[in-house]
Amino acid sequence: MSDWERSSTVRVVPPAHPRRLAKVPFVELADGRLQGVVSSGSDIERVYVSSVSAGSFTFACSTNNNRPCGGARGYFCNHIRALIGEAVLQYGAERVTRYLRVDLADHGEPSVLSLHAAMSAARPAQGDRSAAAPVFSRFLRHLAYLELAPTTAPLPEMQWFPPTRAVA
Amino acid sequence: MRTDLLADGIDGLDEALAAVDAFDQVLTGGLLRPQPAQAAGLTGLAAAVAGTPLAARVAEAAEKAAAGTAGDDHFVALAAARTALLGSVHDALTARAEEATGRPGGEWTAPEPGGQQPVNVLAAARSWLSDLARCGWRGIDHDVVSGAAQVVSAMLPDPALRRQAALLDGFAAELAASCPGAALERVPARRWADLWSRAMLLTLPGAAAAPPAGEATGRLLPLGVDLQEHATAVQAQVHAVFEPADGATALLVRASVSAPKPDTVVGAGLWQLLRPHMSLLAAAGEGRSMDLVGMPLTAEGDLLWSDAHARQGEPADAFSTARVALPTATGPATAPLDRHPARIAVPVFLEGYTAQQDGERLTFTLAGQQLAVDTDRIPAAGPLTPEAVAASVACIGLLRWDAGSFGVQPLAVETTVRKRPVAVQAGAWAGGTADKAAAKAEKAATDAAAVLRERAGRLLRK
Repeated sequence: MSDWERSSTVRVVPPAHPRRLAKVPFVELADGRLQGVVSSGSDIERVYVSSVSAGSFTFACSTNNNRPCGGARGYFCNHIRALIGEAVLQYGAERVTRYLRVDLADHGEPSVLSLHAAMSAARPAQGDRSAAAPVFSRFLRHLAYLELAPTTAPLPEMQWFPPTRAVA
Repeated sequence: MRTDLLADGIDGLDEALAAVDAFDQVLTGGLLRPQPAQAAGLTGLAAAVAGTPLAARVAEAAEKAAAGTAGDDHFVALAAARTALLGSVHDALTARAEEATGRPGGEWTAPEPGGQQPVNVLAAARSWLSDLARCGWRGIDHDVVSGAAQVVSAMLPDPALRRQAALLDGFAAELAASCPGAALERVPARRWADLWSRAMLLTLPGAAAAPPAGEATGRLLPLGVDLQEHATAVQAQVHAVFEPADGATALLVRASVSAPKPDTVVGAGLWQLLRPHMSLLAAAGEGRSMDLVGMPLTAEGDLLWSDAHARQGEPADAFSTARVALPTATGPATAPLDRHPARIAVPVFLEGYTAQQDGERLTFTLAGQQLAVDTDRIPAAGPLTPEAVAASVACIGLLRWDAGSFGVQPLAVETTVRKRPVAVQAGAWAGGTADKAAAKAEKAATDAAAVLRERAGRLLRK
């Protein structure tokens, strides 16, 4: 076994890179999808829930009230474009490429542009709106972390989670 | 410090770790359809604890697991055996660290049992962990890993379950990012088995309780701040020397503050989250002591901080504390279940070393002995940098042990600027700062938090 395999405190997941949250308050690589929430540019009460599936790149975009996104008709809308951009900022292009299983053979180094081009070239299908509800509830769960009270009782298990200066 | 002792071998250490490694390989493959090699790993673990009170239960659990028929209780027994083995490793390493620092450790006195914890959610956690053991790290997929989400959501609002929640949340996120297990190039076998075993033991009611064992009244002299984080939790621990007002021997203590967080709160945002809940962060950052009156203190040397029991004291330079007060202070004891090498974090003061940079690796050479320096652990939101550590002449750090060797994590260093000593603290920005570079990061973090709070206010309560 290598030292890496025998280390208790090896960093498996690098921390998220800081980014501005105004336009895309939530993005994650989870449940086999790149998914997230994009704030509407015109209506402060409205958000778009967007997702792209790993492997097939099946995409979906609708509002939190389950109305379809006008831009997502047969191809990636601007919300999905923004989502890919922010995911690359937060996780790094390599990790997004790997998670979505994108073959960049003809499209160059991992980047927002090459990811978008490669996935669009695969002519992905548009999924139904059923993906929106679970993603939106994950966003609400994410926001709920802000409301949990800090504690001054020690958490010895956090010793297994040292910070790292390396970022995604 | 006698660094030569840190490099010496320890009797029985390799044998104990070999049994741990063999069991860790068992978890890597999973226990759905155990192979002969895995049966050997299980018998090896049982044999290693054969002379302990765990013997009979672990032998039975190993047999059931090797047959692919282990239930939750059997997995708990296996986790207990692995924890006991690493507990013995912890004890040997701690004894060695005490010899090297010349500082005796404290005696453990068991506190009164604390309050009751809800049993149902703990059982649900145990059942998820058993599923993981059956799949093995090579067999994890999104379906199995997502089973943790409900458990974590149920635990998070209850402060009494914060230890379990923070551990399961960080562990599950790591597993989710590593799915599918079959495609992993390599598996962090020791780490995931550590997290699995701890999580398993923490599902036993009362295992996580750390009630106060007494009260602290006297002067608190901060040494430095240690930060820990995963995507959705952060903890800052201030290491300090506590001088009791009654003139009793000074103690090494910790004060912790932690919070769950969204994964986009990082860097300076971590300090912003914790800052309002512990005035000690600012005192440690600014080099001030604090006066405590009746602050609850656990048997493990953890102050259960409340600002009501503390007020600002005189200026106290961390390096003076390290030079004068640290050598005569007594170290804390460790709770039986918390004994693990990853838990070792002994405050030390080093000087008279030569720093050597070899690519990414930095080592201090002290009296001919090399000590690895873990500069990656220095929080990004602070003035201390790996470069400053490499140029330092004195260092306050935490002595740690991982992957077979001791190393030091810098908390603060003294460097020489125009022939004058200048101290740089890793946690200098914990309580806020006037530094220009920091101000930008603070502003960005404030903006990010404001967006999330605005979104939460608009969307969460509908």
